[in-house]
Amino acid sequence: MTDPIEAWTAELSADPDSMVFLPLGEALRRRRLLDGALAVARGGVQRYPELADAHDLLARVLSDRGEGDAAFDAWTTALRLQPEMVGPLKGIGFLCYRMGEFGRALRQLEAAAALAPDDPSLAVAIQRVRARVEQEALGVPADPFEGTEGWHGVTMLLDSRGRRLAGSLLAPDGEDRSDAIAARLAGVSREASRAAVLLDLGYWQAIQVEGSSAQMVLTEPAKDVVLVIQRPADTPSGRLPLVADRAGALARRWLERVT
Amino acid sequence: MSGFLVEALDQLSRADGVRGALLVSADDGLVVAEAAMEGIEAAPVAALAASLAGRLLKVAETAGQAPPALIHLEATEGGLFIAVGEGGLLLVAITTPDANAGEVRLALLDGAGRLS
Repeated sequence: MTDPIEAWTAELSADPDSMVFLPLGEALRRRRLLDGALAVARGGVQRYPELADAHDLLARVLSDRGEGDAAFDAWTTALRLQPEMVGPLKGIGFLCYRMGEFGRALRQLEAAAALAPDDPSLAVAIQRVRARVEQEALGVPADPFEGTEGWHGVTMLLDSRGRRLAGSLLAPDGEDRSDAIAARLAGVSREASRAAVLLDLGYWQAIQVEGSSAQMVLTEPAKDVVLVIQRPADTPSGRLPLVADRAGALARRWLERVT
Repeated sequence: MSGFLVEALDQLSRADGVRGALLVSADDGLVVAEAAMEGIEAAPVAALAASLAGRLLKVAETAGQAPPALIHLEATEGGLFIAVGEGGLLLVAITTPDANAGEVRLALLDGAGRLS
């Protein structure tokens, strides 16, 4: 089967005015080919400055690249051109959540849900943000890592059965993947313990994962509680255990308060 | 076994603090090749490494991140390192607690690069 990216690229090359830049840019973004996606999206915005979809595409690419301010501007432009557009409302909502502006995030997501009442991801996000707003109003610390700069959306606690306890992990596009990641990690502590015992390695202390787009470290700061920390790929590998120690101490203090 | 696989295993097994090194099929957790496995049964290591790597691959995918290149299970009495190579192969090392983690890490990444 022909790769649609190749076909769309050829089509855009033959006809630079083609609207095929929209699916092409999105396909490149999904494959994490973000430089290419950015070039396509910027080209689309230049050719069609009054097209909200072009600005929406550009915003999604910028958000994936971690350029939150520029993504915010692009989504704001998209909404100016087309006020009733779900994507930019969701995008701005996720950006606000990522920045810890929960009330504003809730308003954006509720506006999006009014336009797309059947979108299950919106319902889940609204539930999460609403709970966060209520906790904030009551002064209950919902997140042991609150106020620690740069830890929002990249640090999470979960229980041994794969349920999120606190914190969150956001995907590069800003989507909250905490629950799905927690579910994937159900029983990871037991698996690590079993591996360490069977290989005569003693007790497991940490699992460090290096990838080309991010690094991740898992520890067990308390019994049956797993801490997950995600950091950019260029973080020195020796620094992650230090970050994990600090986060583990915060997590233990928080667990003492809430249990 | 291909020369480059032997070379990757040999180089890894020579790193400071490596108790054993092996190549594992990521799909089924079976041993493809092993080197210097002193007092360690290769089959359970292979199965555990493949299981852990498989799980963390899914976690990375769920998180919207690129697949893991290197996994390090750190324990009180040593460590399990897993490098994910192309072609469904894992390069695995068991280390002592005083192993030079930096050297093992580089040897694994280098070895995994040769598996492509």
